[in-house]
Amino acid sequence: MYLVLLIFLPLLAAVFIPFLFKRVGKIHTGWFVFAVPAALFIYYLTLISDVMNGGTFIEEFAWIPSLDIAISSYIDGLSLLFSLLITGIGSLVVLYSVFYLDKNREQLHNFYIYLLMFMTAMLGVVQSDHMISLYLFWELTSISSFLLIGYWYTRDRSRFGALKSMMITVFGGLMMLGGFILLYIMGGTYSIRELIPQAAELVNHDFFIWALVLILLGAFTKSAQFPFYIWLPDAMEAPTPVSAYLHSATMVKAGLYLVARFTPIFALDGTWVWLVAGIGLLTLFWGSFFAVKQTDLKGILAFSTVSQLGLIMSLLGVAAAAYHVEDAASTVFKYAAFAAIFHLINHATFKGSLFMIAGIVDHETGTRDIRKLGGLMSLMPISFTIAMIGAFSMAGLPLLNGFLSKEMFLTAMLSIAQFELFSMDVWGFLFPVLAWIASVFTFIYSFYFVFHTFAGKHKPELLPKKAHEAPIGMLISPAVLAVLVIVIFFIPNLVADWLIKPAVVAIQPFLYNSPAEVDVHVSAWHGFQPELFMTIGIFAVGGLLFWKLRKWQKAYKIFPEAFTLNRLYDGMMFLGDTGANRFSRMYMDGIMRNGFVYMFSAMSVLVIATVFLNDAFLVDFSQSAPIGFYEVTIILAMIIGTIVILVTSSRLTAIIALGAVGYSVAILFVMFRAPDLALTQLVIETVSVALFLLAFFHLPKVAKKMERPSFKLGNAIIAIAVGAMMTIVALSAHSQKIIPSISEYYKETVYTLGGGGNIVNVILVDYRGFDTLFEITVLGIAAIGIITMIKLRLKKKEAPHENK
Amino acid sequence: MEILMSLLIGFLFAAAVYLMLSKSLIRVVLGTAVLSHAAHLLLLTMGGLGGTKPPVVADGVTVYDYADPLPQALILTAIVIAFAVTAFLLVVSYRAYQELGTDDMSLMKGNEDE
Amino acid sequence: MRTNDVMLQTATKVVTFIILVFAIHIFFAGHYTPGGGFVGGLLTASAVVLLMLAFDIRTVKSILPINYVTMTAIGLILALGTAAASIVFDVPFFTHAYDYFTLPLFGETSLHSAMLFDAGVYLVVVGVTITIIQTIGEDE
Repeated sequence: MYLVLLIFLPLLAAVFIPFLFKRVGKIHTGWFVFAVPAALFIYYLTLISDVMNGGTFIEEFAWIPSLDIAISSYIDGLSLLFSLLITGIGSLVVLYSVFYLDKNREQLHNFYIYLLMFMTAMLGVVQSDHMISLYLFWELTSISSFLLIGYWYTRDRSRFGALKSMMITVFGGLMMLGGFILLYIMGGTYSIRELIPQAAELVNHDFFIWALVLILLGAFTKSAQFPFYIWLPDAMEAPTPVSAYLHSATMVKAGLYLVARFTPIFALDGTWVWLVAGIGLLTLFWGSFFAVKQTDLKGILAFSTVSQLGLIMSLLGVAAAAYHVEDAASTVFKYAAFAAIFHLINHATFKGSLFMIAGIVDHETGTRDIRKLGGLMSLMPISFTIAMIGAFSMAGLPLLNGFLSKEMFLTAMLSIAQFELFSMDVWGFLFPVLAWIASVFTFIYSFYFVFHTFAGKHKPELLPKKAHEAPIGMLISPAVLAVLVIVIFFIPNLVADWLIKPAVVAIQPFLYNSPAEVDVHVSAWHGFQPELFMTIGIFAVGGLLFWKLRKWQKAYKIFPEAFTLNRLYDGMMFLGDTGANRFSRMYMDGIMRNGFVYMFSAMSVLVIATVFLNDAFLVDFSQSAPIGFYEVTIILAMIIGTIVILVTSSRLTAIIALGAVGYSVAILFVMFRAPDLALTQLVIETVSVALFLLAFFHLPKVAKKMERPSFKLGNAIIAIAVGAMMTIVALSAHSQKIIPSISEYYKETVYTLGGGGNIVNVILVDYRGFDTLFEITVLGIAAIGIITMIKLRLKKKEAPHENK
Repeated sequence: MEILMSLLIGFLFAAAVYLMLSKSLIRVVLGTAVLSHAAHLLLLTMGGLGGTKPPVVADGVTVYDYADPLPQALILTAIVIAFAVTAFLLVVSYRAYQELGTDDMSLMKGNEDE
Repeated sequence: MRTNDVMLQTATKVVTFIILVFAIHIFFAGHYTPGGGFVGGLLTASAVVLLMLAFDIRTVKSILPINYVTMTAIGLILALGTAAASIVFDVPFFTHAYDYFTLPLFGETSLHSAMLFDAGVYLVVVGVTITIIQTIGEDE
């Protein structure tokens, strides 16, 4: 319970945010928020000592026991690592936002509530062992991301980006839910831990490949893999702290988490290896290639994030290949999973700091357009230093953590080229080649980001604001991350023991029994290996191309705009929106009669056809009650009354005839031994007639309109069809009773269980009390509706479409 | 008796639908009122009209042939709801008549650009 | 809608009280004999409607200065509260309780939590019916 409650701590804290924002206006709300992730971070740190020795924690809260749905908190190496990232980066981002978002001008309470909601959602995703609650939290991250991207909701681009990310990630989430349900059907449990030992049997199941593809769709959409990455660049409309947090450090890594978590289940199938490694590598290449095209600082970082996510994804794919190798723990394949986790940590540190720097540049100069920036080095020396550390790490330069994981990445890519299964021996060479080219582009855009912003000529006339260094508070968070970038380079094996190896065990539980068995030692110098030569090649070619960047950057313009994935998305949205509208207009012409005609004719045709196709029409006289003289008289009176309503053109006559029909119904109720109904019907009819008479003054004078005979004939045919249908239904329903009525139970228990005598009333207030509760609610709603329509006379708006 | 009632229900439904399909606003409201009567009788008939005593159990004696209480309970709620809906429809129709100045259903349709 | 019918007004004064007493009887009798919250509420409402017809909506409003919308709300809360109260006693939502007591004057009487729920229904029905009639009647 305790660990489960911690997941919800941020959400609970969010309840107090509006009060703090409204009442304690003098202190920036962010300071209160900061305490939440910081406290959680410190708590999760204390769990490291257990988890690094292979310990796990599991706690469960039974949420819907009847459906076997529980919210669980399962802490092992992988989820602890993610929890630390979420709370650690979270704390830094909140600290940064305190200085980034002005407390007087921004809607801080909205911002922090969304942010805290996201924290809970993300902690829930990584700690859930139960797939249904995992899905729930997964969609909650999409929703909070949607809200945060659309935070400046008055901007068109924000709303567009928010909707785009929502459409794509929720689509993926739904696919993933399908995959989860298939897994449940196959394995009989929602628990991931219980599914893993069954992996060997699951792989032969017919649904296995479907579950695999569906879950990968969820992971790929969330982690912005090709071709779903298009939402991430548009998500950059969010405030920069959000971009740093959700769209680079945590949420987009949920897909990676999912792949890592499900590797033990799916890795036995070669399709998984191919898809994860292949799509990852393609994304790596695609993202890095198009990052150089961007002119927006955050755009560069967005594409770079896409590409780095692809890198980690491809490493996870190679890690899955280890399941197909004899004794993988002692071959080169052991590096892939390790490198994936290692790079995941490194990426969070350097990309987080780079995003914050992009935010600082935006904040202090008023623009993010890299063509207007330049020469800020002397004006913003600290920012420049931090940016340089982050970007060099991203490029893979030595003395920074990116160098170490990049080397291991190349090792893993070289290893898969030697892989013999799944015709890797034919296509496998593509992996190191693509990886190398992508790394060259990574090198270029890293330098492009730093030097085109901070070096070169300062152009103050192009900047909306006079550039100066950011306040010290804003620099703390990126500086902390930059220091980590350097520190991790010097103590990689300590980090490995604490965080990486426990996580690796979670990805490859079949290979290792405890984190200590993961036999990987990180070293900066391996001697003259192929990796080293590849790295040197990257620096040389990358440096050369960067030097001549201005000359060839224009070449990107030859890619036609019309055939991009974004155009495809826009087209689909347009089709969905306008197409559906056009289609609906075809039959919804706004005339109520036509709607009725469709409904009534479809209903009578369907019901009559069903009754006769199933041979259900049956008239059984044996159960019938005898026909009485008085009943027949009343029935005749009702028919006459109804005919009067049909033919009269005076509204008063019609109302009186309707009253006569109503009273006749009441008498029928008496005859059929329903005293409650008779009483109610009598009073209701009286009040109804009074009501009709009251409304009399307001209603049109004549009750009948001149209608063409053909119009009348059509109506009559439909009316008779409906009448015939109802007669058939009534006769058939009465004549055959398949199951005994529950009324017998009511009769027997009304005195003993219900403590009453009038069965009808006891049904109303006790047996079916819910019905009554909702019924009186409907009554209340009807009254409110009537009051609103009569008392509230809104003035017609001058311009109804103000938002256009 | 049930057959007779079934025919009556069919007739009431036909009349109600015919009224609802007409052009005049007030006839649509009358139609829904007739429709609810028809529906109540349908429920009652479906449960069977046998039963020689009202469904009231005195002192726990359950040996009699009671009328079926379940349709009665359903109808009781339905009657009250039908009243609220009729009142609501009345107000909708007369407000529409006031605002639009017509009671011809074929003229009442939404804006093109709505 | 000012009417000036002496016969109707005089009769109404008497009839209203008869209807009201009958309504209350019907409401309380509901659990054992025909009646209950719906019928009781409707009868009460019809008594008030009769007053409104005989006299005038404004007159009735000054005699009975009740806010019927609030009445509806109170009824809903009472019904929901009765249903929800069972949670406190750790039994499922909507579990009713009853017992028999011997009271002076009444003899053996059953006290029933369903009665409270029915009272909620009663209040809602009275509130809604009169609200509807009053609102439409006042609209000119």
